[in-house]
Amino acid sequence: MACWVPNTGPDAARMLRAAGEENTEGLFRELPEEIRLRGGLKLAEGRTEAEVLSEINRLSQKNTRFASVFRGAGAYRHFIPPVVESVAARPEFLTAYTPYQAEISQGLLQAIFEYQTMICELTGMDASNASVYDGATAACEGVFMCARGGKKVLVPDCVNPRTLSVMRGYMESYGLKLCVFPHTEGRIAPESLAAHREDACALYFEQPNYFGQIEDAQTVCAAAREGNIQTVMGVNPIAMALLMPPGQAGADVAVGEGQPLGLPLAFGGPGLGFMACREKMMRSLPGRIVGQTTDMDGKTAYVLTLQAREQHIKRERASSNICSNEAHCALTAAVYLSAMGGEGLAETARNCMANAHYLAEKITRIKGFGLQYGGPYFHEFVTACPADAAGLMRSLEEHGILGGLPIPGNRILWCATEMNMVEEMDELARLLGKEAQ
Amino acid sequence: MKLIFEKSREGRRCSAPPPTRAPHAPVPREYVRGDALRLPEVAEVDLVRHYTELSRFAYGVDSGFYPLGSCTMKYNPKMNELAAALPGFRDIHPLQGTHTAQGALEVMGNLSDALCEITGMDAFSLQPAAGAQGEWTALRMIRSYHEKRGQGRRDCVLVPDSAHGTNPASAAMAGFRVVSVPSGLDGTLDIAALENLAGEDTAALMLTNPNTLGMFEKDILKISDIVHRAGGLLYYDGANLNAVMGVCRPGDMGFDAVHVNLHKTFSTPHGGGGPGSGPVGCKKSLEAFLPVPRVAREGDGYALLEESPGSIGPVLRFYGNFLVCLRAYAYILALGGDGLKNVSENAVLNANYMLRSLEAYSDLKYGEPCMHEFVLSLKGLKERTGVSALDAAKALIDAGMHPPTMYFPLIVPEALMVEPTETESVETLDEAIAAFIRIFEEAEKNPDSLHGAPASAAFRRPDEVLAARRPVVRYMFGKTDF
Repeated sequence: MACWVPNTGPDAARMLRAAGEENTEGLFRELPEEIRLRGGLKLAEGRTEAEVLSEINRLSQKNTRFASVFRGAGAYRHFIPPVVESVAARPEFLTAYTPYQAEISQGLLQAIFEYQTMICELTGMDASNASVYDGATAACEGVFMCARGGKKVLVPDCVNPRTLSVMRGYMESYGLKLCVFPHTEGRIAPESLAAHREDACALYFEQPNYFGQIEDAQTVCAAAREGNIQTVMGVNPIAMALLMPPGQAGADVAVGEGQPLGLPLAFGGPGLGFMACREKMMRSLPGRIVGQTTDMDGKTAYVLTLQAREQHIKRERASSNICSNEAHCALTAAVYLSAMGGEGLAETARNCMANAHYLAEKITRIKGFGLQYGGPYFHEFVTACPADAAGLMRSLEEHGILGGLPIPGNRILWCATEMNMVEEMDELARLLGKEAQ
Repeated sequence: MKLIFEKSREGRRCSAPPPTRAPHAPVPREYVRGDALRLPEVAEVDLVRHYTELSRFAYGVDSGFYPLGSCTMKYNPKMNELAAALPGFRDIHPLQGTHTAQGALEVMGNLSDALCEITGMDAFSLQPAAGAQGEWTALRMIRSYHEKRGQGRRDCVLVPDSAHGTNPASAAMAGFRVVSVPSGLDGTLDIAALENLAGEDTAALMLTNPNTLGMFEKDILKISDIVHRAGGLLYYDGANLNAVMGVCRPGDMGFDAVHVNLHKTFSTPHGGGGPGSGPVGCKKSLEAFLPVPRVAREGDGYALLEESPGSIGPVLRFYGNFLVCLRAYAYILALGGDGLKNVSENAVLNANYMLRSLEAYSDLKYGEPCMHEFVLSLKGLKERTGVSALDAAKALIDAGMHPPTMYFPLIVPEALMVEPTETESVETLDEAIAAFIRIFEEAEKNPDSLHGAPASAAFRRPDEVLAARRPVVRYMFGKTDF
């Protein structure tokens, strides 16, 4: 069996003697006998590394890797430049703890400071934290920043339903009422906010929304502001290369799922929750924040800052309970953004959008696959389906294609990214035309 | 060190996406981003050198000894990284049909079973992304449990004053009132105080065992009895599980729910702060309240239950930090039951070896063996010489190691909390012990020399007060204000 304990038998004997104990059992003599596990753990016997890797590899092959992916709905397949993983895998980053000791953590702290800057740039905001768990928990924490003693949170039903489900639990435990209001033809009708504004402190919406539609963010934020409601805008970070960011649109807090920024699909995790806000709300951000300062010798240096907000200082009065975050995913995202640069990211976003429109054009030409919403869209869109959507998508699997996601109403949520080639989209359309008959 | 933004040159490129032959689809003008996105523009070689330089100013377990108490900074086997890099796990979509993800579900199912066995619980959810989220998840389950039994008035969570800060913060976030339970000098719970505090309003007691001083709560069965008699439940913060694997189990001590930190006990790398993973386990009585989706056996394979009556609902968008779970599973497979016990025995041995070499210099005395970690109190040293726990910690950097956790637990003055873990050799421990002693002796002879420590580090005591007073949390591209 594999073992990562260096102590040899003679080592252990010498150490026990030095510690004044006769044997290992003596170290545990304080434990009451009634609770001791005498029979040992009932787990399979340990194995060598080769055996473990062989078993893990066997399990990995029980999963299907699709050559063509047209499914998004919150998890997106994008190109990950080889340099991203090579850099992020450096063990000094990977095997470090939270950088409490600034003197020997400047590299990590600076990398997070750079990440924060990139998130501010993407979202048009002034301040960012060092990450939270995922896009859904970022949305929850963003709403809490706006709660200010309010009672009710507004969320349109065109946000990601998984995010909405997570929000239900978080809002309930925070004592906030979640008011879900309907979309109008796939988007928020800004005038519909007025009917729900009583007691509302925050509005959460997504750009683009769950259906891929581009919201009129500026008008939505303005309508919310009129009702004295603060807005938390959940954004797709790749789309931010083309779309008006929350800062310009007038949102108060920007959040989102950072997985598209160089993180693999990985069956949904780990992801990366990013959060940014305007300067005046900086002190209500949850989690770690890296700030710039100087050291004893006057050199520019970085530290974890504004820690008075955090649980290890404030305990039950902290702004959040978060301790471990998704630091390494944040670092990976920063490397990805540095590798792509502004132009590379914009090109990625343009290719996603071009491909999605090409795909929609192809699919909607087939009888029974009408486009469901008429507004502008980014890289996802919804069509009707003339056959059983789940069955139809399953038949595509045999051709190595992961089709769109069946959603309620026997409709399909399609996604195209820069990874989809025109030829595969043509092939998908051909198969759909054939299978749906 | 220059920021990557300062190395940026207009027009320089590193990576590009694959091209498309699809015609351009423009964003309608009213929704277009108006300003340029100022991301770094660098060549690949400069990108690599930038991060290589940053990594030289970072310190991980691979760099050296990292006895950061309560964080279990054990060595992270490279085998785990290879497992997590397998394309069959990396490239699968969370919403692809479960019939095409049986391998991933089997990993989750088997890991849950193994965690049940290790902790003595009946069911697990791998969804929580970190320990703190695990705590909050379990507390919400406990709340639902009481509500379902018509005991919704139980709005109080008892937390020892020696507990991690996340405990009270999670309880507050789950909507509970937090009442602090005092501990004795050795950090163990004050039983008489607990008797007085446990009552009709008690929802749960949160406890780590061993506690944050590295002492085992010997009276755990009595504690369990008091809490349960009052109608409350017992919650196990698994931060210190590394001390007792295969030795004893929370489930056999009377705990009703637990979270474990895969990034501590089960060797997954901490990544400079995350991603972690904080699976929650519970006894049968709480199982119905576990988060969904849940992995369930179905015929010869596995299914994901998206809904379940009574569940508190999902706490993350998908199924948890899957690649972290995968690493932990590989680790458990490699060690097996005996290997895990060997881990705990050596973690405790290493801690006792260091404790007995250093406790002469500490005001906190351990009569009995400590568990996987111990706390030194430098109160006397500070009074005599002016050298604080902070000074000593910074001086340890000059000795080439990562300092212990400072000023925690809060109940110990001038605390240094040391957790060597089982993956360190006796030579490493001897070097560290010698470094501690050198510093303590230097403090008596020449205290002033330590206030400026570390002397050798490239950066010395960055000014935290300045950073907080006028926060600069992003690069301003040459501007001085927002």
